[in-house]
Amino acid sequence: MHDKTLTELKAGLTAGDFSSRELTEHFLARIQQYDGELNSFITVTADQALAQADAADQAIAAGNQGLLTGLPIAHKDIFCTEGVRTSCGSKMLDTFIAPYPATVVEKMAAEGAVMLGKTNMDEFAMGSSNETSYYGPEKNPGDLERVPGGTSGGAAACLGARLAPGATGTDTGGSIRQPAALNNITGLKPTYGRVSRWGMIAFASSLDQAGPMGQSAEDCALMLQAMAGHDHRDSTSLNETVGDYLGALKEDISSLTIGIPEEFFPDTLDGAIADNSRDAIRELEKRGAKVVSVSLPSIKLSVPAYYVIAPAEASSNLSRFDGVRFGHRCGDPQDLEDLYKRSRSEGFGDEVKRRILVGTYALSAGYYDAYYRRAQQVRRLIRDDFARAFEKVDVLMGPTAPETAFKLGAKKDDPVSMYMADVFTIGVNLAGLPALSMPTGFINGLPTGTQIIGNYFREGQILNVAHKYQQATDWHKQAPVFGGDQ
Amino acid sequence: MAIDSKVVAQVAHLARLKVDEADTTALSNRLNDILAMVDQLQQADVADVPPMAHPLDVTQPLRDDQISEPNVRDKAMDIAPAAEDGCFLVPRVIE
Repeated sequence: MHDKTLTELKAGLTAGDFSSRELTEHFLARIQQYDGELNSFITVTADQALAQADAADQAIAAGNQGLLTGLPIAHKDIFCTEGVRTSCGSKMLDTFIAPYPATVVEKMAAEGAVMLGKTNMDEFAMGSSNETSYYGPEKNPGDLERVPGGTSGGAAACLGARLAPGATGTDTGGSIRQPAALNNITGLKPTYGRVSRWGMIAFASSLDQAGPMGQSAEDCALMLQAMAGHDHRDSTSLNETVGDYLGALKEDISSLTIGIPEEFFPDTLDGAIADNSRDAIRELEKRGAKVVSVSLPSIKLSVPAYYVIAPAEASSNLSRFDGVRFGHRCGDPQDLEDLYKRSRSEGFGDEVKRRILVGTYALSAGYYDAYYRRAQQVRRLIRDDFARAFEKVDVLMGPTAPETAFKLGAKKDDPVSMYMADVFTIGVNLAGLPALSMPTGFINGLPTGTQIIGNYFREGQILNVAHKYQQATDWHKQAPVFGGDQ
Repeated sequence: MAIDSKVVAQVAHLARLKVDEADTTALSNRLNDILAMVDQLQQADVADVPPMAHPLDVTQPLRDDQISEPNVRDKAMDIAPAAEDGCFLVPRVIE
C-alpha cells in the first residue's frame, strides 16, 4: 500500500479497496517501526490522525469527498497546528502549542487530509542538511550515513522511505527542491504569494513559500490544488485565480520550448550530475520539445545576495522570540535585558545565531547601503535576467543540486560550503518564480534531481512537463531499499 | 570591514544575543568567511537599479480600519512563559 502514489491511493479509497483508517494505520505502523532510525518526524499525531481517518471514511461513505479526503499527509513542523506542538526544529519552540492553524493546514484539512504528524527540519528552516535541528539530524533513507538535505529534509525523507504518501514543505532558498533531489522525490515551490504564509513560521518573509512534496508531479498537482489561493490574512498573498493543476497535466507539450541556462552547467559541475539532467532534457526533446541555450548572467550573484537578504529578514523576524510572549524563557532572569539575551541564546542554535548576527550587521548603521540595499538591487538584476529568458522560452531546466547527498557532518564546520548546496535553487526564490525538482537518475546509488523553472503562475505547466517526463520514465518510482518488505 | 571580537560583541548586543567571550574569535572568523562570500556583491554594476522588495512589485494592500480579528487574549496568555491577570510577566523595570 505504501508504494502507491497519493493519486493511486485516492482511487483506492474511492473504489472501497481499503478504508482511510486502514491506510492511516498502515503508515502509522511504518513510522513506528522505521522512524526511530530515520528521525523524519518530530511529532506523530496518531490519535488525531485516526479520528480524521474515521471522519474521512464517513465522508466517503456519504459520497462527500474533498480533494484529499482520507489521504495521510505529513506537515513540516514550521506550520502552526492548533493543539499540536509546532517546534520549527528549535529548542526555542520545544513546548510551543500554536493557538491557531496555518492556512495551509486548514485548507488541506478542509479537503479531508489526514495529518500523520510534523516532520523534522533545520532549525527555523536555516540549513541545507537537516543537521541544525534541535531534535537531531534526520538521515537519508537511501544511506543512513548521509544527510537528506534541507530544510524540508524530514518531509523528503519520510516520502523517500514511504512513511507518508504526501507532505508539505517550505522553500526559502531551495528547501523543498534540494531535499526532493536528494531523496528521489518530486517537490514544487510555487510562485511567491501563490500559497498563504499565514501560520507558517517566518524566516525570510520576501522569499518564504510553501509547497507540496510527493512521489510524483501528479501528486504535487493534487496537493497544490488544495493549498493554493488568496488569503487576506497574508498581505503578500496574491489575488490571482487558482489554476486547474490536474487539468493542466492533460495538455500537449509538443510545442514547448525549454531554455538551458549555461550558468546551470558550469565547467566545475560534476559531469555525472550534468549528464543526468541533460538526459532528462533529451527525453522531453524526444516528445517534441525544442531546446535552446539561454544566459542568466547575474545569477552568479544569487548566493551572496541571498545571504544578505535572508539573514537580514531573519534578524528582524526572529526578534519576536524574546522570552516574554511565547517560546523558551531562561531561568531566574536578573533584569529585562538578561531575560532577552539568555532566553534567545539558550533557545537558538549556532546557525540561527550566526544568521541573526550577519543580518543585524548588514542592517546596522553605516552598512545598510553596502549590503542590504545592494543585495536588493542585485535581486532585481537576477529577476530581469529570468524575465528576458522567459521572452524566448516556456521553462528553464538544469540540475537541482550540484552534488548528491553528502555524509553527515561533512560540511558542519564550513557554513559557506554548506550555502553552496543551494547554488542552483536560490535564484528562483530571489525572482519569486515557481520551480519543481523531479528525480532524474542515480549516481553510485544516490539520487539526483532536475529542476524545471516556470514563469509566474505557470505551476500547471511545469507540473505537466514533469508529469510527461514521469510517464515516459520510472526514476521517480524507485524507492530506497528501506524497511524490508514492500 | 573585517569583523573582530569587538564588532561581534556590539552586534550581539544589538541582536540581544549573549555570546561567550571564549567563542568570539571562532565566531568572528565564521562571520568573516560569510562576509567575504557576500562581498562578491560589490562587483555588480547596480547604478540606477532600483532595489526590489517584491518580485512582482506588488505594494501592501490597504483596508478599512475596522476590527476584523477576534479578541484572543486568553489564548495568547495560555502560551506565555509567565502571565498573570491578562498581562505578561517580566522582571521589574521600574524601581
